[in-house]
Amino acid sequence: MSNIPQLLVHDHEDNVGVVVVEGLTAGTEMLCVVTHDNSSFNLTANDDVPIGHKIALKDISEGDTAIKYGEDIGKFVGSVKQGCHVHTHNLKTKRW
Amino acid sequence: MSDKIMAYRRENGRVGVRNHVIILPVDDISNAACESVANNIKGTMAIPHAYGRLQFGEDLEVHFRTMIGTGANPNVAAVVVIGIEPDWTQRIVDGIKETGKPVFGISIEQKGDLETVRQASWKAKEFVHWASELQREECDLSELWISTKCGESDTTTGLGSCPTVGNMYDKLIPTGITGFFGETSEITGAEHICKERAINEEVGERWHAMWKAYQDEVIFAHQTDDLSDSQPTKGNILGGLTTIEEKALGNLEKIGRECRYIDILEPAEAPKSGAGLYFMDSSSAAAECVTLMAAGGAVVHTFPTGQGNVVGNPIVPVIKITANPRTVRTMGEHVDVDVSGILTREKTIDEAGDDLIEMIKRTANGRNTAAEALGHREFSMTKLYRSA
Repeated sequence: MSNIPQLLVHDHEDNVGVVVVEGLTAGTEMLCVVTHDNSSFNLTANDDVPIGHKIALKDISEGDTAIKYGEDIGKFVGSVKQGCHVHTHNLKTKRW
Repeated sequence: MSDKIMAYRRENGRVGVRNHVIILPVDDISNAACESVANNIKGTMAIPHAYGRLQFGEDLEVHFRTMIGTGANPNVAAVVVIGIEPDWTQRIVDGIKETGKPVFGISIEQKGDLETVRQASWKAKEFVHWASELQREECDLSELWISTKCGESDTTTGLGSCPTVGNMYDKLIPTGITGFFGETSEITGAEHICKERAINEEVGERWHAMWKAYQDEVIFAHQTDDLSDSQPTKGNILGGLTTIEEKALGNLEKIGRECRYIDILEPAEAPKSGAGLYFMDSSSAAAECVTLMAAGGAVVHTFPTGQGNVVGNPIVPVIKITANPRTVRTMGEHVDVDVSGILTREKTIDEAGDDLIEMIKRTANGRNTAAEALGHREFSMTKLYRSA
């Protein structure tokens, strides 16, 4: 089952990807697929992350913009290491 | 793939996929009489709701459009309308009558519930005998009006179930179907993209003015921090969605890559500009939105979900689509189309779109959806402001 990805990324510009398997644990060497063109790369998960939740694709600083679908989805309110969990504890909307 | 379906052609030429005889209350205090009639006469369905008294202005207009549109929907064969007084009852009867279908109206004042129920039950029985002899006939898939709205979204909806609906629209809108999308508050964060998807600049500008008015008059007028955790919802956040921008971008995947919306509809307004895709100004709450789109004339609803929304509608079959394998595993009884293969890369969006079109055809031909089998008949009126 090694061809089934653990992480999907919408676009090459994105700095976050989505976990698409249940029970992902820290240390897992993930197969990551960019859905835009089906290209793939590998990345190590650094947290236990639930299905549907996001993982940082690179080291991110507080104040950076999160990019998904190639679009702005909010601002980071804390720094995040590559492979770590991204959610409401470190990412917030710019709208309200 | 055959493009023919077996459905009901109504007096006004529209195509319906269900054959309901409904007992429709004008107002909240006529619910009891309607439920009594539906209890007396098997094969009818009462549609109780919470409003209809002391409303005024645009709020009242939305109420009338919702009532008349529900009765006029081609999934409805005939209607008994019951109200507390004759005038508003007659207004709804007259509105539904324009379709040419059988409608009977009666009011309770000067009769009481029991006499009203007696007269209405006789008429409902007559309607059931008539409707139950109507036959399905061959119609074209392109004659359907198909709506969409997603619910209990998560990150898998933007990856799988919403693009599946988008692929369906990209394939069926060019054949001549009429489509609906909406959820005004949930476009926030993707409004720049939605505006660009209009058929021309004029429609895009009108869409943007509508969206901006909603932001200013509803969101900014009443907001608390993070919209009281309503947008994204608690369920969205559990599913991994963090911000409204992220949610909106996933939501907008429902209109695919190619199709353009040709006009903007008020809540519960029926399209008047011919076949094509329409944006309806609507709440993002599932039952309210599906109710408004059904009143606008949609006969099949496609509903992508991530975490597992269970909503249905009394008159319109709601087809649930999910790409989340955990939702398929834990609440499979609510799922009509499983597209979780998109996440494992075993299924393409194009194949998933074909799967959905096949399920739309089966549903149109008579297959009960999960929501229908489970008895989900949520009918929720949209209320714009307090009654007088």
